[in-house]
Amino acid sequence: MNSFKAALALGYALTVSTAFAGELVINSDQSDPAPKKAMETLLEGFKAANPDVTVKWNNFDHEGYKSAIRNFLTADAPDVVSWYSGNRMAPFVKAGLFEDVTDLWTENKLDDQLKSAVKSMEIDGKKWGIPYSYYQWGIYYRKDIFEKEGITPPKNWAELIAACEKIKAAGMTPFAIGTKALWPTGGWFDYLDLRVNGYEFHMDLTAGKVPYTDPKVKAVFEKWAELVKPGYFLENHAAIDWQDAIPQFVQGKAPMYLMGNFAVAAMVDGGLKADQIGFLQFPEITAGIPMAEDAPTESFHIPSGAKNKEDARKFLAYLATPEAQTKMNEVLGQLPVNNQSAKSNDPFLKAGFEMLANAYALAQFYDRDAPAEMAKVGMEGFQQFMVKPDNVDTILERLEKARGRIYK
Amino acid sequence: MSSTVPATSSYWKRNQQRLAPWLFLAPGMIMFSIYVIIPIFESIWISFYDWDGLGAKTWIGMANYVELLDDEAFYTSLKNNILWLVLYLLAVPAGLAVALFLNQTVAGIRLYKSLFFFPFVISQVVVGLIFTWFYAPDFGLLSALIKAVSGENIAILADERYVTLGIIAAGLWPQIAYCMILYLTGLNNINPEQVEAARMDGAKGWSLLWNIVLPQLGPATFIAIVVTVIGALRSFDLVSIMTDGGPYGSSRVLSFYMYEQALSEYGYRMGYGAAIAVVLFMIMMVFITLFIVRMLMQERNA
Repeated sequence: MNSFKAALALGYALTVSTAFAGELVINSDQSDPAPKKAMETLLEGFKAANPDVTVKWNNFDHEGYKSAIRNFLTADAPDVVSWYSGNRMAPFVKAGLFEDVTDLWTENKLDDQLKSAVKSMEIDGKKWGIPYSYYQWGIYYRKDIFEKEGITPPKNWAELIAACEKIKAAGMTPFAIGTKALWPTGGWFDYLDLRVNGYEFHMDLTAGKVPYTDPKVKAVFEKWAELVKPGYFLENHAAIDWQDAIPQFVQGKAPMYLMGNFAVAAMVDGGLKADQIGFLQFPEITAGIPMAEDAPTESFHIPSGAKNKEDARKFLAYLATPEAQTKMNEVLGQLPVNNQSAKSNDPFLKAGFEMLANAYALAQFYDRDAPAEMAKVGMEGFQQFMVKPDNVDTILERLEKARGRIYK
Repeated sequence: MSSTVPATSSYWKRNQQRLAPWLFLAPGMIMFSIYVIIPIFESIWISFYDWDGLGAKTWIGMANYVELLDDEAFYTSLKNNILWLVLYLLAVPAGLAVALFLNQTVAGIRLYKSLFFFPFVISQVVVGLIFTWFYAPDFGLLSALIKAVSGENIAILADERYVTLGIIAAGLWPQIAYCMILYLTGLNNINPEQVEAARMDGAKGWSLLWNIVLPQLGPATFIAIVVTVIGALRSFDLVSIMTDGGPYGSSRVLSFYMYEQALSEYGYRMGYGAAIAVVLFMIMMVFITLFIVRMLMQERNA
């Protein structure tokens, strides 16, 4: 069934691998136009700084990469790979496939400069890669529609519900969402849990320390139901992907969208002007709980089987510098992790930077904080809840059963 | 009779007759064992382990199977597989009907035949995409039609009640074409004299079809059922393209669930995936045995 991808990976392993001395082999999945260009910018900068190193870059398709990486890490490791931080890298770290790069962090004093990502790069007290970019999540809304309907951006839960009522009464659906690929539901769960129970509880939950049948988890779903039951989400969300919901946002049929900052590009492509789009932090639910945010971090790692670790370290050190991160993220349209990088002029990035700089803590996203298997079962449950909110107890029992099995 | 082979002849000369068939069979047999036979036993072996494909394997005996028995998703997949098997077989009578309809001499019949055969030529992935758009809420042709008739907007692929039926309908489209072709070739080989004789005895319509034509189509029916059953059991592509098993896993079939557990982004439970594969293999074995028994019986009668 997966033979196509496997064949690709095998084909890759047979053709691409053999490295020469002084050659740095980088595998990554920057197949979309913006990330590809950002990577090219980064490589140019690195080559200029290290003229003696020849770089060989193998760019993979984003989806195929997720299975290809398992093959090439074990069979014929490149020198540098792109991957995700948090629990997503845990299987590779535990299997001894990633190199410990704590030395790079101490040498270059990165604990200070990459402060916001320290937690997500650490496993067993060691650091396993260098983060270079992240982006904020939050509610993107139609400024023009809000003005027309006389809605002020909500700051707390009651205001959010009131805004939803107003929007619904005006014949629109408050929230755009497409859950076919499941992960957009994870954003909702993250934010509701972070706001209802706080960062520590959310981390304990995703680390498997708290049962899903806990009343505190139930409370999250009660809040969620306040949005699901009155029909505040697009009706057929389970049939569409997140991009398919963008037209509804652009046409003004659903004026709010909880998404990552990458959605702005799609909204602008859809015909919206930047001043029609507003960004707001997910409103407060339980008063007094410090505001933590979702900010998925992207990173590079050195496989333990790399042949040219010396140059790989040079590359990661370069990647960590504020200059490299500034340039790269300008192209990417995301935020540099290094806090000494130059600030962007993009209004959404500015808003995101301010929000994240003042954030109490950063979560990675449900499918990176929780192990992959749990994430799958969990997000399927979230999707089911968004279609059948009355089944909440059955769903939570199923998640609890999965938790009991997965976190042995 | 004393041996005519001279004592000086080589081992090869003496045993040529006996060895030659094995030599000719060897490449095929080696390929078949490497790619089919050995993997079957490997899968069964792996199904007794807990293994993520990277780290060390841990022997857990029957634990994967015990877990399967208590796995809601497994039963959903099994139920959908049975639904697939039953409904997919509609392709056989439907294919026969189309074949009978097309088995006439009219101007341009070749063109009509190729048009009916067309869906079998395009890839399953394309069929899946076409039907996804056909079903798409708000702009799909079918949902627009349903909305015009009933006033309701049904998203077939997002509704756990209809999703599997929707995918099967998409699968039937090419499968009917396939069965049609099998029957068309069968109809070419019908003995015209028998039909003539039956006509003289006064048979027409249904009784002619049932008593004279259908028995002669026996081999075609057999092949049509075999390919349809196999097609139903490996119904992976359409599920993957159209819904990815969703909404919340309600359109999974065993082959898709196996892929999800063993090889997808959120899976890598090789042992558990292998256990599902073994169950699927057992189900297939039932049909394979039936087919083989039937073929052996035919050979004996022949």
